[in-house]
Amino acid sequence: MTDHIIWILLFPLFGAVLCALSGGLSKKICYPVSIFSMLGSVWASVCTLIQAIESPVHEVSYILGGWSLDLYPRGVGIEFRADLLGALIALVVTGVGLIVSLYSKVPVQRETPGKEPMYYALFLLQITGLAGIALTGDAFNLYVLIEVAALTGYGLIALGTNRAAAATFNYIILGTIGASLYLLGVGYLYLKTGTLNMVGIREVIESQALYDSPSMQVAFVLVLLGILIKMAFFPFHAWLPNAYCHAPTTTSCLLAPLVTKVMIYVMIRMVLTVFGVEFSFESTWWTEVLPWLVVVAIVCAAVMALAQRDIKKMLAYLIVAEVGYMVGGVWIYNYYGLIGSIFHVISDACMTLCLFLGAGIILEKCKTTHFDGLRGLFAKMPLTMIGFFVGGFSIIGLPPTCGFFSKWYLITGGMVSERWEYMITLMFSTMVMVVLFFRLIERIHLAVDESGKNLGKGHGDLGLNADQTRFDEAPLSMLIPLLLAASIVIIVGIYNQEVVNQIEVFLRAYDLPTGVNYQ
Amino acid sequence: MFEEGSIFNQLLVERLNYFIYVVLLLIGLWAMIAKNNLIKKLIGMSVFQTAIILFYVSIGVKDGATIPIYLPEHDPHASHLPLESNASEVGAHGPQVLEASLVSSYTNPLPHVLMLTAIVVGVATLGLALSVCLRIYRGYGTVEEDELLEKLEQMDGQTGGGRGRRRPRKRSPRRNTQESNQSRKVTSAEKSGSQKPNSSRRPNPKNAKPKPSGESLNKSETKDENRPKPVRKRRKSPPRKPREDSSQ
Amino acid sequence: MSEPIIVEDIRPLLALLAPWVGMIGIIWAGEKRANLRELFTFGAASFQAAVVLSLVPLILSGAVVEFHIWQIFSYVPMLLRVDGPGLLFACVASILWIATTLYAVGYMRGLHEHAQTRFYSFFALSLSATMGVAFSANLLTIYFFYEMLSVSTFPLVTHMQDKEARTGGRTYLGYLLFTSLCLLLPALSWCYVWLDGGHLTMDFIADVGKVGHFGETTQIVLLFLFTFGFAKAGLMPAHSWLPGAMVAPTPVSALLHAVAVVKVGVFCVYRVYADVFGPEVLANMSGEEWTMIVASATILISSLIALSQDNLKRRLAFSTIGQLGYVVLGAALATDRGQGGAVLHIAMHACGKITLFFCAGAIFVATGKKYVSELRGLGRKMPLTMGAFMIGALSVIGLPPLGGFISKWYLALGALDRDATWVVVVLLISSLLNVFYLLPVAVTAFFRTSETEKDTTIKEAPWPCVVPLLLTALGCFFLFFWSDVLLQMVGLQP
Repeated sequence: MTDHIIWILLFPLFGAVLCALSGGLSKKICYPVSIFSMLGSVWASVCTLIQAIESPVHEVSYILGGWSLDLYPRGVGIEFRADLLGALIALVVTGVGLIVSLYSKVPVQRETPGKEPMYYALFLLQITGLAGIALTGDAFNLYVLIEVAALTGYGLIALGTNRAAAATFNYIILGTIGASLYLLGVGYLYLKTGTLNMVGIREVIESQALYDSPSMQVAFVLVLLGILIKMAFFPFHAWLPNAYCHAPTTTSCLLAPLVTKVMIYVMIRMVLTVFGVEFSFESTWWTEVLPWLVVVAIVCAAVMALAQRDIKKMLAYLIVAEVGYMVGGVWIYNYYGLIGSIFHVISDACMTLCLFLGAGIILEKCKTTHFDGLRGLFAKMPLTMIGFFVGGFSIIGLPPTCGFFSKWYLITGGMVSERWEYMITLMFSTMVMVVLFFRLIERIHLAVDESGKNLGKGHGDLGLNADQTRFDEAPLSMLIPLLLAASIVIIVGIYNQEVVNQIEVFLRAYDLPTGVNYQ
Repeated sequence: MFEEGSIFNQLLVERLNYFIYVVLLLIGLWAMIAKNNLIKKLIGMSVFQTAIILFYVSIGVKDGATIPIYLPEHDPHASHLPLESNASEVGAHGPQVLEASLVSSYTNPLPHVLMLTAIVVGVATLGLALSVCLRIYRGYGTVEEDELLEKLEQMDGQTGGGRGRRRPRKRSPRRNTQESNQSRKVTSAEKSGSQKPNSSRRPNPKNAKPKPSGESLNKSETKDENRPKPVRKRRKSPPRKPREDSSQ
Repeated sequence: MSEPIIVEDIRPLLALLAPWVGMIGIIWAGEKRANLRELFTFGAASFQAAVVLSLVPLILSGAVVEFHIWQIFSYVPMLLRVDGPGLLFACVASILWIATTLYAVGYMRGLHEHAQTRFYSFFALSLSATMGVAFSANLLTIYFFYEMLSVSTFPLVTHMQDKEARTGGRTYLGYLLFTSLCLLLPALSWCYVWLDGGHLTMDFIADVGKVGHFGETTQIVLLFLFTFGFAKAGLMPAHSWLPGAMVAPTPVSALLHAVAVVKVGVFCVYRVYADVFGPEVLANMSGEEWTMIVASATILISSLIALSQDNLKRRLAFSTIGQLGYVVLGAALATDRGQGGAVLHIAMHACGKITLFFCAGAIFVATGKKYVSELRGLGRKMPLTMGAFMIGALSVIGLPPLGGFISKWYLALGALDRDATWVVVVLLISSLLNVFYLLPVAVTAFFRTSETEKDTTIKEAPWPCVVPLLLTALGCFFLFFWSDVLLQMVGLQP
């Protein structure tokens, strides 16, 4: 079979239908069905990536319905186009989906008992939507898939407690505004260029030199504004902390690593493939303004993360800060910055997955994710803590985790473009993250409470009874995905050059300044 | 006033469709932000999406064009067009490539197609949002945003402090009893909109933005995740006694 | 300088991995099989020392041993390379690890400390990171191991897990991570980007002096970013982490803060000065004297502060800061003898200071005393301990026939090579100050009478504590008599 690209979407789609239909008969079938469909999807995305790497134009193209690409401009069908960037992101999406579906057995049973068929159906549809966003080559199809991902996301969150439902409403309103603005922007694009195919739009822009056309500028603003809202860029982030904090465990493990990162991918796709480098960076004012907004975003998000006393809320604000990193990496307009941004999409997905899986296990075993309830966890759940803190060290940026390498490229990018504000903000937020995670380590490891008083009887006694310090690890179905995610964080770090090579191949098609001048 | 080139002419005559969709967009946006009732917010959301749909449809319109469905009897050149090879009995029902001169007689079907999809998406969103509203109503007893925010803050304030921790805070015993009261009427029976108002009633966040703003709910760390009642918590380990009593 | 012969050998990697294997054994043995656990530590330490020492003949013959771990970026590998200074540092660290393990056994068991398994495992990790720094071949590798050391020493510093440990840990990590993430990382990526367009490997042999291609201001800024970025070198004002880290148990202070952590810091600074900038570039740089001024200021100010400290460990901590300044000063001198003297001083000071810390810890185990003023008359009850203290003090002060003399001699010669007589003056004054804050401790112990003269319960610390400090005191003598080997290792003629 050569059309692996469409099987990336078909496996979860059929799995969702199977779950929904047969779930009425037996709830136990949903978990295996989801795992198998995710396995199929991962296999298909690996094959697609290999195809994309080996193809002479470094992309795999598939037109739905068999329409040809020959008619101007670039055909009338809906194209699914996996270039190296899209294939990488699709692999990340399906990989994360596989790990979370392995993880989901215990939390779904505990938090949404009896609703497994619906839950898994929505889960698999969410993966379909996200993978589709990564692979589609058509602007309107992107809207549809964004909404598929969004709607299933709303459903997944609202399946939780009432508090989650209240948070979902807010998310629905904001998410719909974002997607609708994107749709409006696509309308302007279609109006002016006559095509919806992403590459086709760029070809028309370049051939007709539409760089100063007001409608294209409006389209650019609308499209990117919609995407910024959906990716929770400050100050449109207000839906994210509540939605991810109160959502069921598995939902937050799935949505947090993926949704915002895939939206960043969409932004990169719009900026590079649809509008083109010359339009986006040189004909608009975004390059000058946006890094300053990014500075505000990162600083505010980092400071708000400092104020939290609950792990999941803290991680949610960290996501907002990381989104700031990636947006900044794109808009400082140079080669290293874009490498850093794309690599950070991949690595942030992995490390956020690690952290949220760990937080979910902590919630499962300790019934709380508040800082005060965490003392002594190093003795109680050492493996979980190792996995969690691998993710934490990656966020801080300690080698050899992948977070170090993405920070390396982002700093390099900031330096090359001489965007000192972005660089200094990166440094500042790194320090804030050091404080965040080592404060967490202190809470777990030290016999001191928040106000500074000693607890316990000294000599390392943490003031806990024997039951709280007994070795009581998470169930294997939750622990193994966490350790898998932690090892992926380290492996992606060690093998970062392989990934970056592919990113560089992708970026070579675009003419980006590298800022290299040396004696 | 409406002569050529003036602003009114440009806005209301030449670009009437843009003007209308912008007005509708802003009405929808205003409703989402300013209205207090959640259902009215959803109506605003619907108006917002409708504006966009109208915009798309309007850009496909051409002066004097007809609907884009091909009927050979309306085609003056039908007899001259090549027929499909297998459509001999019923005539030219197959898709024909229109000559350039005929293209302008039909409105552009593509925006209609796109908007059918968008309408479906809108319907799905509306349905989902309404069911979430229903859930909120069943859970909190209200669909007014200000009341909902109050209830959420109260619940978060009550549950955020004591219940979540492994060891109860030693502050006010009043909190601890409330947490044990609270633990019994957790989630589903939440007609408990009328909580003991131990936390001060906050003033209505009037002209709140469509989101119960992240800031006001920020202080609350809710332990709503532990829907398993604390009796389950006690099953695993002895009840959390204050520190002095903990056996070692 | 002639091209050294490169030998490919796996022994550097073995030295690096031995502690990891030991750590697995330590965790497996656990609290229940404490003697087996200690055996694992000894085994790993001995193996590491044996591997490192086996490399000495090869290096003395002029070769250089390399091992390529992994190509981490396209153009920058993680590469291990053993050359003279690195091997000297590695020998010192690995031999002293054996001594410290014996000492730690006595100390921890004597005080019935908690969480010993965790202690020994992170100790092993720290030594692995130290070996990594000693054997790094380029800036990126050294940075990796530097960060690994910061993180792996944190549980050791906060071992007591109480309020003071929290404060100490915060100071420690705050200073170290702030400087390395905010000062060092930008400097590294600057070099990566602007030199040869990202193709630079920042290798210590191949790319010496390329930094000279930058403009004058850039060079000075980079120099200072590197100097302060490696905050483990304890240059003022980035020195406060060192007294703060004294909340750790004494074996930690002894090895880590006299040998491993601080020596990693100054060794990294030496590498930057000698092998990234290179003596020619340094000598021609205009603002370079400022580094010497900062180092000298550190030496003098810390010695003065040490005079005022009554807590013995804090006094030794400030003494360490001053002695580290010597190494930075030597490296900044940019002469062969100055930089050779700097590396020598790493070894000599390590031996002397570890003796002093061992004595301080032994005193605490035996008597519970922490303050200098309480030590009156202790010399009679604990003659071995205080005798070793005297020897260590004399080595730090720099009197022959002890090791410290050699390094200070070469530092002075290096300063004279450059006509910087003020540096010699600084050296003399600081040696005098060393006398004033180290000798009174021994004098008080031996020659003053105490109120508790009749207290006969005080005797020497348990033998696992006393034997190591005697051995390291003897080591100070040996370093003097074997100094020709050491000089050969750092490339100076004896």
